[in-house]
Amino acid sequence: MRNVYVLGTGMIKFGRYPDKSVPELGSEAALSALKDAGVTIQDVELFASGNLFQSNAMIGQRILQQIGQTGIPVINVSNACATGSTAFREAYMAVASGMYDITMAVGVEQMGKQGLLGGGGGGADPAYATEGRLGSGLMPAVFGQAGMEHMRKYGTTLEHFAKISVKSHKHATKNPFSQYRNEVTLEDVLNARMVAFPNTLYMCCPTGDGAAAAILVSEDKLKQYANGRKRARVAASILTSDPYTERDLTLPDVSTLTRRAAKKAYETAGIGPQDVSLTELHDCFATAELVHYENLGLCGDGEAGKFIDQGGGMHPGLGGKSPVNVSGGLLSKGHPLGATGVANICEVVWHITEDDRAKERLVPNAKVGMAHVIGLGSACTIHLLTV
Amino acid sequence: MAEQSKAESTEQPGKRPILPFLKLEPTPHLVGSKCGKCGAVYLDLKRMACSKCGATNQFTQIPLSNKGNVWVFSVIHQSFPGIKTPYVTAIVDLPEGVSVKSNLVDIDPEELQKNPQQAFGMPVEMVANVVSKDRQGNEVVAFQYRPSKN
Repeated sequence: MRNVYVLGTGMIKFGRYPDKSVPELGSEAALSALKDAGVTIQDVELFASGNLFQSNAMIGQRILQQIGQTGIPVINVSNACATGSTAFREAYMAVASGMYDITMAVGVEQMGKQGLLGGGGGGADPAYATEGRLGSGLMPAVFGQAGMEHMRKYGTTLEHFAKISVKSHKHATKNPFSQYRNEVTLEDVLNARMVAFPNTLYMCCPTGDGAAAAILVSEDKLKQYANGRKRARVAASILTSDPYTERDLTLPDVSTLTRRAAKKAYETAGIGPQDVSLTELHDCFATAELVHYENLGLCGDGEAGKFIDQGGGMHPGLGGKSPVNVSGGLLSKGHPLGATGVANICEVVWHITEDDRAKERLVPNAKVGMAHVIGLGSACTIHLLTV
Repeated sequence: MAEQSKAESTEQPGKRPILPFLKLEPTPHLVGSKCGKCGAVYLDLKRMACSKCGATNQFTQIPLSNKGNVWVFSVIHQSFPGIKTPYVTAIVDLPEGVSVKSNLVDIDPEELQKNPQQAFGMPVEMVANVVSKDRQGNEVVAFQYRPSKN
C-alpha cells in the first residue's frame, strides 16, 4: 500500500441551515477543501460522499453537479454515524491501492431539529411497535446503558459522566466551527433535564446540520502540490463491524469493535496510545466518551473515572493531559451524522499541521492525532494521522 | 389489506404476542433458537445460521426461563409521543445464555436513579402485559419484567 496524505480540508460551522440543501452544504465544504489543497475539481479522480438520511438520493453526484461534473467515479456511502469516516476511508483506499492519485471525501448531513433517533419496530400496525413496551432502543437508552455497564463494573459515578460534558463545553468555546459554544458547570449538567439515565440533556449530543471535506493524495502529488506546507499522513485507516458478543443483539456492544479497531490501528501505525497527541472520539453521549477512554487505551480498564478526576481528556492549556475532543466533541460541536467522521479527521489534522483553523485551541507540539467514530448497528472507524 | 381484514374479522378477537418468540400458551413464556454446534441462543425463530460460529441448519427451539437477572438499565424520561415516561428499560440475562430487553415494571424509577446499584443483578420474573389493541381488535401482549416475588 502507498503512503497517503491529506492535502486539504474544509468544513462549515455546524448548526442549522434550514434554507440550504444537503448538496449545497456538501459543496461548501468541498470547495473549501479544494481551495485549501490548492487543486481544482478537474484534478480530483474519485469522489466519496457520505450522507445517511438521503443515502438513496445520489448526494455525491448532486454535489458534483454544483461544483464540477467531471465524470469521475462517485461512491455514495451510508454507514450510520461512521458514514463520513467510511467515505474518507474509501477515498484513502483508492489512493493507497495505487489506482488514483487525488481523491476527495465529503461528509454531509441535514437533520434540522429532528428528535430522538433509534427505537421503532411494529411494522404496519403501530399496535405491535416495541418502543416503550419492550424497553427502549432509542440512542439515549443504548448509550446510557453502556455507561451503566461501566458503573456496574467499576462504581463510576454520575459526576464522572457529567465532568465530560463540562470539559467538552469548555473546549467548544474556542472552536468557531462548533454548534454550541456555551460553558456549563457541573451543577448545570447534573441538574439538567434527565433524558435517559444517567445522561442529562447536556450529556447528549444535539441534532444539526453540517459538512466537512478532505482531499487525499499520493506522495508524488503531495510533492507537486504541498509547496512545503506541513501535511498529515494517514498512518492507519481501520474499519470494524460488531463481532459476536454475549449481549450485542440485545444491547449493542460499542466497546468490543472499538477495541479491535484501536488494536489494529496502533499495530498498523507502529505506535501506542502513549504516542497519541490528541483524540477526537465519538462522544454522542457523555457515557460513550467515558467507556471509549478505556476502549482506545487512553487509560487502563476501570481507570476512566480516575483519568477524568486527574484532568485526563482536558486540553493541556487548561491543565489537562491526553486531550480528547478539544473541538467540543459531538456534545458541543454537534453531530450531523454523515459529516461527523470527516469533521473529526479535519480537527486532528488541523492540530498536527498547526492549521490556523485550530489556532485558538491548538494542542502544542501535536504529532499524532486519532479520530474515532462509532455507527450504531455497528461500524467503527479509527484513523491515525501523523506528521 | 381490506380483504385480509374481512377474512380475519370473522374470527373472534383474542390475544396476540407482540413478537413471535413470545408464546402465550399454555402459559406465557419465551422461546429461543439454540445452535447445535456452539450453544449460542437467539431470540429469532427463523434463524438460518449462527452468528457466533457460522453453523447452518442446526437450530432447535428451546423454552426460556421466566426468571432472570438485570444486567443494566436506564430510566427513560423522553420518548416518542404516546409513551408514558419515566419508565425503566432493562437488559435481563436469562439462564439459557441469552439476554432480553424490556420494561422493568412495579419498581420506582426515581428510587432506582437514587441508588442504581440495587438494580444490578436484581432477580426478576416475566409478566405478560396487554399493551395495545391491534386493528383486528386483538389484545397485544408484551413480555415485561418485575422484581421477583419469590
